[in-house]
Amino acid sequence: MEPVFAILVGALFTVSIYLFMSKHIIRVLMGAAILSNAVNLLIFTAGRITREVPPIIGPGVDTLSASAANPLPQALVLTAIVIAFSFFAFLLVLGYRAFQKLGTDNSDEMRVAEPVNEPAPPLGY
Amino acid sequence: MAGKTAGLEDLSVAYVTEPVAAADWLIVAPVALCLLVGSVLLMLRKDTRLQPLIAIPALMVLSAMTLGLLWHVLANGTVTMTMGRWLPPFGISFTVDPLSAFFAATSSLVALAAGVYGRSDIDHSGRRYGFYPFLLLIMAGVIGAFLTGDVFNLYVWFEVLLISSFGLLVLGSERGQLDGGVKYAFLNLVATTLFLIATGYLYGLFGTLNMADIAVKASELRGTAPLMTLVTLFLLAFAMKAAAFPVNFWLPASYHTPRLVVSALFAGLLTKVGIYALLRVLGMLFPIEREELSFIIAIAAALTMVLGVMGALAQNDIRRALGFLVVSGIGVMMAGLALGSPAGFSGAIFYAAHSMVVMTALYFAIGIGVSLGGNFRLSEAGGLYARNAMLAFVTLMLFLSVSGLPPFSGFWPKVMLVKASLDIGAWWLAAAILVTGLLTTITVGRIWALAYWRPAGEGAASAAAGSAPGSAAGSAPAGAIAALFGLVALSVAAGVWPEPVLVLSQDAARGLIDPSAYVLSVFPGEAAQ
Repeated sequence: MEPVFAILVGALFTVSIYLFMSKHIIRVLMGAAILSNAVNLLIFTAGRITREVPPIIGPGVDTLSASAANPLPQALVLTAIVIAFSFFAFLLVLGYRAFQKLGTDNSDEMRVAEPVNEPAPPLGY
Repeated sequence: MAGKTAGLEDLSVAYVTEPVAAADWLIVAPVALCLLVGSVLLMLRKDTRLQPLIAIPALMVLSAMTLGLLWHVLANGTVTMTMGRWLPPFGISFTVDPLSAFFAATSSLVALAAGVYGRSDIDHSGRRYGFYPFLLLIMAGVIGAFLTGDVFNLYVWFEVLLISSFGLLVLGSERGQLDGGVKYAFLNLVATTLFLIATGYLYGLFGTLNMADIAVKASELRGTAPLMTLVTLFLLAFAMKAAAFPVNFWLPASYHTPRLVVSALFAGLLTKVGIYALLRVLGMLFPIEREELSFIIAIAAALTMVLGVMGALAQNDIRRALGFLVVSGIGVMMAGLALGSPAGFSGAIFYAAHSMVVMTALYFAIGIGVSLGGNFRLSEAGGLYARNAMLAFVTLMLFLSVSGLPPFSGFWPKVMLVKASLDIGAWWLAAAILVTGLLTTITVGRIWALAYWRPAGEGAASAAAGSAPGSAAGSAPAGAIAALFGLVALSVAAGVWPEPVLVLSQDAARGLIDPSAYVLSVFPGEAAQ
């Protein structure tokens, strides 16, 4: 099962990086959403996917047996999902407000903070 | 944890049973205070008069707590507290060594200055947008990141400070802020996502996230696990947070857009959290891998400082020039990380503390200058010396400090770093630091000559209303002046009497190079075995 998930994670990363290279904020937003899901799936898969063996560390042993799924990555992913979701919500609003105020979602045209023809500083006193 | 064959009823197998010493509560108190006061202020968001009256005393208490913590750590060595009283590595530990305590104390003094300055800089509508709640919450993130001893917890504090910084950055929702905010938000999101990927792999390799535990296990795993890949991922993620070349472009694109006090706070604190994480993870946890990467880090450091200051030279807007100077300073700290020797680390730590104070103070000084009737645009600025000679003098001191001239605080760490580079024969790194110092002096010298020394009215368009001499010039509020002078006093004190800061930085660097005190504090039992 894990190899399939590993390939899926790779595919998701590819898609998100491709979307990140776009000039349009809306595509970058979709890339951000896919990227966070790719990472969550990656960590989830790294903790092994099975539900047959309960994750109990037996007496006299220090580590979890290799046949059980490790619950800690699942807890980490749970935290990361919440954070990624709230970030995505914020970025959606920010992107929309920027579109409203700047009138464009093309990052090439978003030059309010860094104007194209900024004059050089005075070269003499 | 090993060696005991007790039944389930014996809680000492899983829990810390002895009660926490009173002074050890200082480990979590700063973060708890920030979160508590931050949420109270959030509830009182509409009472804009009351907000600074609560926030500024709270920041004073925070500074007292972190200074007390620093004193406690220096007196008793590294201290640890594990949440939920679980035995480490199962609970999340907060481990405070001299490095953590030093950075936490410096950053809370900077935040206090920002809170005082913000009283005059942030009007009532800005307060209703939540300046003070965000200020407290960002401090929870910054101090949490400095104090935690757990890698995933470090990620969570990064996110806490990031989401608060988004709020501060777009305070007011002006066009420029939204433009800068989009770039800042996306690139920082990518950086923290990289950090999360690296953390996932780290857990996969080590089976633990506790830093002390990782430091112990790294030497066992070095032969079999792909630690190099892991450390490179961490380096990329943290370098992006710290704004090192070539992943620094989000910083100059956004740091000049928010309210001035927000720029000052960001320039002082946020990039230094990235530097702290680099020092902690690469310097302490993976020293062998850092050594292998040191050439790459050194090249990135040299390019960051030189290209940063060249960017600053080309700017007409003073705030944008300062943004590039922040980047340039990051290069100097990265040089210390690349060197890896005790002198290199302590130089980087000293420089980071210096940069927290001085960069924040510089933004304050420029802001006060503008409120006196100056101008952010160099082509139009002028006449500030005639209006307030004292402010011009203090600003000149800050300028000399940032370019690393004696007797101010920027001088000593640069001396240490240049000497440390020459000691190992890296003359080009020393040359980069010195050339950067020269170019920084030219940059800030020009700003001072044009905006302060030049008589008003000689600038290109200063006939415009607002910068006419005498008439429209406001007076700087007392709180802002006090915040500026407090930070300048810190910088001058560290420059004239560097001995305590030097000793502290060397202490902190020793803790990074030999983490046995750190490990012993988390696992007191290991020594007995």
